[in-house]
Amino acid sequence: MPWKPPAPIDIYQLLPKTNCGKCGEPNCMAFAVKLVNLEAKVEQCPPLVEEETYRENLKKLRELLLPPVKEVVLRSPKKIVKVGGEYVLYRHELRYMNPTAIAIDIDDSMDRDAILKRIERIEKFEYEYVGQKLKLDLIAIRSTTNDPKQFAKTVQIVSENSSLPLILCSLNPTVIEAGLNVLTQNYKPLIYAATKDNWRELAELAKRFETALAIASPGDLDTLVSLVKTISEGYGIEDLVLDPGTFVGPNGLAYTLKAFTWLRYKATYDLWKYTGYPLLGTPISAWTLVEGDVTDKMWWEAVLATMLTTRYADILIMHSLEGWVLLPQVMWRFGLYTDPRKPVAVPPGVREIGKPNEMSPVLVTTNYALTYSIVMSDLEKSKINAWLIVIDTEGLAVDVSVAAKKFTGDKVLEVLKSSKLDEKVKHRILIIPGKAARVSGDIEDVTGWKVVVGPMDSNEISKFLDKIWASEKLKELTQT
Amino acid sequence: MSEHKQRKNVSEKSGRDEDVQRVSEVIGVLAKIAEALEKGIVELYNIDINIDEVELKLPLQILETLPIPVAITPPPKAVAEAKPEVQAGVAVAKAVEVVGKKVVELMTLAFEEPKLKFVGKVVEVKLGATRSEGGTRDRVIVLGGHELPPYYYLTGYKPPYPPAFGGDVFDMKISLPRAVRIVFGDALDNPEEWARIWVNKFGAEAVDLHLISTDPSIKDSPPEEAVKNVDRILQAVKVPVIAGGSGNPEKDVAVFNKVVEAFPSEGIVINSLNLDMDLEKVCPNIAKTNAVVIDFSPMSVEKAEEINRKVYTWIPRNRIMLDLNIGGIGYGTEYGFTAMERARLGALLGNELLQHPFNVGAANAWGAREAWMAMDPYWGPREIRGPLWETLTCIICLLAGADYFMMLHPLSVKVMKSLREYLFSEPKPRDPEKALDWLSAKIPVV
Repeated sequence: MPWKPPAPIDIYQLLPKTNCGKCGEPNCMAFAVKLVNLEAKVEQCPPLVEEETYRENLKKLRELLLPPVKEVVLRSPKKIVKVGGEYVLYRHELRYMNPTAIAIDIDDSMDRDAILKRIERIEKFEYEYVGQKLKLDLIAIRSTTNDPKQFAKTVQIVSENSSLPLILCSLNPTVIEAGLNVLTQNYKPLIYAATKDNWRELAELAKRFETALAIASPGDLDTLVSLVKTISEGYGIEDLVLDPGTFVGPNGLAYTLKAFTWLRYKATYDLWKYTGYPLLGTPISAWTLVEGDVTDKMWWEAVLATMLTTRYADILIMHSLEGWVLLPQVMWRFGLYTDPRKPVAVPPGVREIGKPNEMSPVLVTTNYALTYSIVMSDLEKSKINAWLIVIDTEGLAVDVSVAAKKFTGDKVLEVLKSSKLDEKVKHRILIIPGKAARVSGDIEDVTGWKVVVGPMDSNEISKFLDKIWASEKLKELTQT
Repeated sequence: MSEHKQRKNVSEKSGRDEDVQRVSEVIGVLAKIAEALEKGIVELYNIDINIDEVELKLPLQILETLPIPVAITPPPKAVAEAKPEVQAGVAVAKAVEVVGKKVVELMTLAFEEPKLKFVGKVVEVKLGATRSEGGTRDRVIVLGGHELPPYYYLTGYKPPYPPAFGGDVFDMKISLPRAVRIVFGDALDNPEEWARIWVNKFGAEAVDLHLISTDPSIKDSPPEEAVKNVDRILQAVKVPVIAGGSGNPEKDVAVFNKVVEAFPSEGIVINSLNLDMDLEKVCPNIAKTNAVVIDFSPMSVEKAEEINRKVYTWIPRNRIMLDLNIGGIGYGTEYGFTAMERARLGALLGNELLQHPFNVGAANAWGAREAWMAMDPYWGPREIRGPLWETLTCIICLLAGADYFMMLHPLSVKVMKSLREYLFSEPKPRDPEKALDWLSAKIPVV
């Protein structure tokens, strides 16, 4: 059976029941409901955290709300990355919690300049999307030299020049130890990885330096869970991350998909504790396992990353810094980790672009957050003055809302009336998206305004308006 | 310069404590300090060390009270190279550290494979018809038949039919992304040639003809013309053919009626029926033939049940596919993905209204700006971004259980066919250790 949230009343019993409102909710019951829906965290209740009398309750609450997949926190002095903390196998069962963290590798054969350049590219990676900045999360330092001193030097350079938390990658305990020795204590890195051959030494190190520890057991799930049991119970290490092996090609890829799925299934449906840890995939494997040129390797790295993000990976180690490899990954990750219970929508209504007047064009779009933010940014870039009508398509994009009958004359009329836009402009012309051409008739019939079908993409609006909103053209339009 | 985590007052604890663990911790610190001093990379603050005490008293005490130690850690290089003045201390410290540890043995566990309980089965749907079945196709495609969610690889269960990939062809010239224009060139003016290239050169397993010229707001070409276009494709290629309308509900009814009437035994796939259509005006005619229909319910599992329930009035369940729609990555892919996952699980849990193979209009991926727009050079050429976007969108749908994919770019088809081969092979890596090659490999930085 999958994880089921506790009943709000059971949570409520453990809260202070003072309705003090410090959490931002009107009363403790409302806060309990939020906790059960995972929309709030117990730490948001100040009395619970601060007052001695609630200590027991706080502990019980945390246990009740504990996710079947442990949340592991990686830290640098400047940043915190949380991975795992998942409750469900399927997104629609609740929601996914901590987005898959993407690590990019740096290796210890690189000279200082190469390292600095790579750090800069990793940290500067950024893509603006629905008002969010999509970024990379971690740096994975690999030891290709197998020389402890060289590794320590590399870790030192990276830690002094990057703000990101780290993964230290080597099977050699001496190398890992050398790396750990140069990190300050406000780092909590992930060590990659304990295997069937080195697990004692790596567990000792993880214990001594209080780090998170990855366990790698490629192709062998029995050994993987045996190591989990041994290390978690024998050493008391709970911050574990599991890697069942990322393969490509015949047999291998199927195994990887199977292993990730089985592990997450056992954690979330059977609540089997030895599988209840974040999972780590290595799309970087494409660089050693795929034959072909560099572009082939990058393609398969992108393919692996998307597959693993979709099938439960909580951390990915990648090599490509190519924009086209990473862009779809960070965008898909964003979408997958949105809350399916909430449509990504903005409130309907009229927005003023620049300083519109009574003769400025009136544009129509949907209230899907992405459509809206793209249209807004295109309009702002083009420095035009216009009115933008945002209709309530229930968070659907233009083409989908047209297909689903949510982009209609009635919806446009609703906004025209409520905003009194018909009193603010003198003309009666609506410009609708090219993808909504099919409903132009309906909009004309219902609103009585003339409808002009605009471009297919909003980046052409400015060009389009130059043509159509010129004085003579406009005269033609207003007269017909 | 860094500090150590285990800052302790060494002298305070030493020599009078039988707590083995604590003692070994203390000694561990000493060893590390010695090591660090040797490397010259650590500065120590607030640490009070009294090496003499440790050196002389501890080992004797511990050795008396503990069993013979089992060596766990090989001495690190740095210790072996310790400077003369600390060598003795380091050696002792290391020995004690080893003694102080409890030896952990591997506790073995077996990983029991998941036991999934499902009762429903997705219907098997056949696209196309061979000569013996009254059609003229050389090959047919069978989809569906699933009894478990996709890609679980449970022992004893093999999904009966793998997914299939078809190539998109339009009945008139439309604006297409550059990446697609480059590949098909002049064939884009000639749907038959386009279809032939798809099948003969790029291995499409079916052809998706989109009769968009019938759209009243485009060319409004009559249903008779649509029939001619379908016929041309049926002549040009011998794979199953999907006949798609314009999306105008009234016109599509007229077009579909003519198409199934003209080709009643070809196993034509009608793309698609939706709740805006007058279903009673088209379904009875489709029912008389061996055509398959795709029921279209954009991102709504509830509406999917509704349309399927209606269509059952006329058309047998094993001639219905379901399309829950998909957007390209960044453009609502998660809605379609989650709708598909929900619908397939519902189907397997016994909801008969959802027990249909999924169609995916993967070409929608090109609706994402990132797939076709010229961007800053950092993001790479759109000729790569486009097909990659389509491929990755397909992969996401594949993992949600999609069965048939309508695709625009041959590279996407090629990758998806390799992927299918990989995913339908036995899940057993040939050389497990190779999964860790990346750890120490020299990988070029591009």
